[in-house]
Amino acid sequence: MRETTFTPNRLLVYLAVLLLAAAYLVPLLVVVLNSLRTSEEIAQTSMIGWPKQWAWGNYVIAWGDFCIAQTCAGIRPYMLNSALVTLPATLISTLLGSVAGYAVSLWRFRGDRWIYGVVALGIFLPQQMRLLPWTVVLRDLNLTNTLTGLVMIHTIQGLSFTTLFCRNYYVAIPQELIRAARIDGAGFYRVFWRIVLPLSPPILIVTVIWQFTHIWNEFLYGVTFTTGQQQPVTAALIALSASVADIPQHGVQSAAVMIAALPTLLVYLFGGRYFVRGLTAGAVK
Amino acid sequence: MPAAARTDRRRPAVAAVRRLPEFLTIWVPLLLSAGHLISFALWTIWVSFTPSTLVPVSGWVGLRNYTAMVATRNWQIAFDNLLVFGSGFVLLSVLMGLLLAILLDQRIRGENVFRSIFLYPLAVSFVVTGTVWSWLLNPGIGIQKLVNGLGWTSFRFDWLIDREMAIWTIVIAAIWQSSGFAMALFLAGLRSVDPDLIKAAQIDGAGPIRMYRRVILPTLWPITVTVVVIQLQFAITTFDLVRALTGGGPGTATQLPALVVYDFMFQRGLLARGAAAAVLMLLILLAVLLPYAAWRYLQRRQSAHA
Repeated sequence: MRETTFTPNRLLVYLAVLLLAAAYLVPLLVVVLNSLRTSEEIAQTSMIGWPKQWAWGNYVIAWGDFCIAQTCAGIRPYMLNSALVTLPATLISTLLGSVAGYAVSLWRFRGDRWIYGVVALGIFLPQQMRLLPWTVVLRDLNLTNTLTGLVMIHTIQGLSFTTLFCRNYYVAIPQELIRAARIDGAGFYRVFWRIVLPLSPPILIVTVIWQFTHIWNEFLYGVTFTTGQQQPVTAALIALSASVADIPQHGVQSAAVMIAALPTLLVYLFGGRYFVRGLTAGAVK
Repeated sequence: MPAAARTDRRRPAVAAVRRLPEFLTIWVPLLLSAGHLISFALWTIWVSFTPSTLVPVSGWVGLRNYTAMVATRNWQIAFDNLLVFGSGFVLLSVLMGLLLAILLDQRIRGENVFRSIFLYPLAVSFVVTGTVWSWLLNPGIGIQKLVNGLGWTSFRFDWLIDREMAIWTIVIAAIWQSSGFAMALFLAGLRSVDPDLIKAAQIDGAGPIRMYRRVILPTLWPITVTVVVIQLQFAITTFDLVRALTGGGPGTATQLPALVVYDFMFQRGLLARGAAAAVLMLLILLAVLLPYAAWRYLQRRQSAHA
């Protein structure tokens, strides 16, 4: 460990860091505490306060009881929807993106640069430019208001990011390695399976975490293309605050918010390093 | 397998069939991705020139949807808000990110823990962020109520219901959510400053503040440009955060372009107008991204020559 002496300046630095850290933690702390307070208690005081009695029941109600737009099954069905959309879309888009990234960076074929350029530009095309076309595609494929439709959308759109991540990682693999394997008669899949895939775990973790977080947190497509019982949890949270607008249930709502945020928070807690790597990799295109 | 290769050469049809699965694996995902991007963008642009309302129809109305959209009160409010939100959020989140990065660069203990704390909001959905901040900033139950309850009864913090100030609640929540991103990039930049440069400045007797102002910060400006562009891109496409925090209100006080697009397309059933708004959004985005791309290109060429 480096030697550090406590001068007044250093004390100031620590004070600043601690204060800022506290400020960043306040919103999380407020939700956690409120999820354990009764709604009456919150209404009497404010959203910021220590529970007088621990209302664990909030979580039970939030998970399986309260009503969102006439359906009283809590947040559970929407969590399930989000999982059923996020997991397949994450896995498929990562797998396809890794093969595509390998093809454009190492296998090389006619037109690879051109098509990769277009795919990578996809990370800049706003969702608003794709809303109408997706509506038409979903209608024609008879997938409006289905989870399958959302899986398809997130898989195809995710390809831009997954291909970019994997391609930038695979570019560092020496071409000679691939050439030697090809001379030995190894084909497209064998090279991928034997050489590229064993080198891939770091970038695959980054990609999976990135896709998981983004698809789980996505709201616009969820709210546009699904209704009622088919909605992902982000859309359900908005529907929930709309349906309790007259008599707010802040305790239960906080519990619902916590449940909805938990999967990505856990992923961040355990894979934070890879999450940050994805953030900065996405930035330095 | 040289033998197999030889047979392939003699019978090209067989070789083509053998390579079909490989060919499909390469091209199908790439073509799906590139194809949907190009066709979707072109199609939305086309719709913006048609008289479509509830369903897309063909026909040509020239720029009428654009002139009509730019003339609506909604778009004007959204555009003004984007200017306020874009500049306020980007400037403050860059400053905040820089401050956090410099603080974390002081060899403090528990740096990893602090970094995780400043970055965790990025892992959370904007819907969650917006919902939580809508509670904190709600004068009836949030910070104002807390301070009032503590005895300072004249304290007011009601931007959320104030038409003039409501857009700044979005700025606050957005800074909370994404200044950690700026911090991560700046910290990486600070860590890659040439140590010889720092040593030389120390020998010249530069104190810590002078050191940052004269030596370290000037090396960060390429990163600053990148951070600004990415945050601007986020600001231009912001949707979820506003939906969850203010719903665009009070009234239409916190409209942003992305909300106008959604409103016209799916709530008013004016597809062509909504498409025109989406294309306008894209143009604003391009006004930021194209100069950035040119700048990156020049930089890369310069460093290749150097």
